[in-house]
Amino acid sequence: MNGLDAAITQYIDPYYLRIMILLGINIILALGLNLITGVTGQLSMGHAGFMSIGAYTSAILSMQFGFSYLMALLAGAAVAAFFGFLIGIPTLRLEGDYLAMVTIGFAEIIRVFFLNFEPGGKAVGLSGIPQHTNFITVWLIALLIIALNTRLLKSRMGRAFYAIRENEIAAASTGIDTTRLKILAFTAGSFLGGLGGGLYSHYMYYINPQDFGFMKSIELLNMVILGGMGSIPGTILGSFILTLAPEMLRIVAEYRLLFYGALLVILMIFRPNGILGDVRIYDLKKRWGRKEVKTCQS
Amino acid sequence: MFWEQLLNGLTLGSTYALIALGYTMVYGIVQLINFAHGEIYMFGAFAGLILVSFFGFNLIAAMLAAMLFCMLLGILVERIAYRPLRGKSSRLSALISAIGVSIFLSTLMALMAGTNTHRYPEVIAHQSYHLGSLDLSLMQILILAVSALLMIGLQFMVQKTRIGKAMRACSQDLDASYLMGINVNRVISFTFAVGSALAAAGGVMVGVYYNAVWPYMGMMAGLKAFAAAVMGGIGSIPGAMIGGLSLGIMEIMGVAYLSSSYKDAIAFGMLILVLLIRPQGLMGQKISKKV
Repeated sequence: MNGLDAAITQYIDPYYLRIMILLGINIILALGLNLITGVTGQLSMGHAGFMSIGAYTSAILSMQFGFSYLMALLAGAAVAAFFGFLIGIPTLRLEGDYLAMVTIGFAEIIRVFFLNFEPGGKAVGLSGIPQHTNFITVWLIALLIIALNTRLLKSRMGRAFYAIRENEIAAASTGIDTTRLKILAFTAGSFLGGLGGGLYSHYMYYINPQDFGFMKSIELLNMVILGGMGSIPGTILGSFILTLAPEMLRIVAEYRLLFYGALLVILMIFRPNGILGDVRIYDLKKRWGRKEVKTCQS
Repeated sequence: MFWEQLLNGLTLGSTYALIALGYTMVYGIVQLINFAHGEIYMFGAFAGLILVSFFGFNLIAAMLAAMLFCMLLGILVERIAYRPLRGKSSRLSALISAIGVSIFLSTLMALMAGTNTHRYPEVIAHQSYHLGSLDLSLMQILILAVSALLMIGLQFMVQKTRIGKAMRACSQDLDASYLMGINVNRVISFTFAVGSALAAAGGVMVGVYYNAVWPYMGMMAGLKAFAAAVMGGIGSIPGAMIGGLSLGIMEIMGVAYLSSSYKDAIAFGMLILVLLIRPQGLMGQKISKKV
């Protein structure tokens, strides 16, 4: 595998390689958030908080405790999942925007915690993280996550998630244990957040609490909503557009963010339900199989 | 010491309350978290700064002009970024649109004014009054008085005037109000205008009080004010006032008695605690779930 990686680094321009690696990480992160917000309908605006937990935990474990790369990644993801579980509990009582506020608050608290966290280098950040993440590992994991996600959403449990989003009361009355599933969605989503964070820290060499601020959470949320809520191809497309857009917009230099903001507004005006709103992989297969002509509006 | 901190908390809290009112009013009517609201507050602070330093306005005149400017800005934002989405998209799409506007406006200001911190010239005398053992600065009195005046005025408008009645009707049921012949679009525009004007007043006063104005100031202030609105029970006007004041007091007290490096965490931690005990916020009404 190392030989393959060497070949890739040799033939692909480092700049494009970097974008492709970041895209892989973003897909993993966004799929995690998609599970919480897109599929189950629980608005979470603090996904970067889980990402930072994974990033810091795995970085410290591999730097100071000699964990292997894979173990550090899994441990980081597990710690993030545990916090996701904790945050999942109040979702039993909170609805919609109150939940959104709690997730924002949680992510801010995590950020302030890492700003004052001695082993994490406080505000200076943590540097010298071994650079284990490469193109192969990121995309192997990303493809695995995409495959697992597709399986999950096709399953009985996946349909139950969608049912909670569409109508919680109706879902509960058909015998779905909404409480358990909402906590499960939060735990699984934050596991992926932590995993993405671990991959990120082992790629970037240096992390800082400000990397995981509110804007990062918003960026991830944009990927999920822009592509189309609850759709795996949509989330991948959203990650693709929003990872590439800042790079493409480098031509306009300092006006980059201006265009980015305008782009979000314009896309929402013309495609209010996201670009691939609720298109699912297995629906597409069916549709193509039957040669049916149908617009993909939900 | 305690009373001094309480006073500082009230001052900070009343600016949070002014911003939170805009969030809560808009939310009450269109169920949208207007993320661009923090940026409107920032534009208000800059408008005031420009009027004071280049056109020699006095503080009150600058504040009124900034409020007028932000009213127009708020209406414009609603017209361009939210109205085309209304009725044909999920609430989350409108949220993304709001985030887009927020990024656009803060970048626009950063391009125009640079990312440095700007300072207000001395517009108000550094005078302080003694009230027993308490030191009251002129600016603090001004902030408290203006905020109180604006909030009373708002309450009067919402409860006693015709447009206020229309606003209350719209917040209960937009479709039914439309059927009753209320010009819903005009009410929504008006709500954005009023909310933006309050934020602008807050922006000018915070700019003078802390003597710092910069393009990204809207972000944290907006988040905190949103937290205040949620804590008070989003959609409730008295809730936003109480939420803002208590958030300001808690934050100042937390810094004074606990730790200053955890300043932001304290505010959000208290918010989470309040919501765990009272999920609908302090003044919010319990919404019964309907099928």
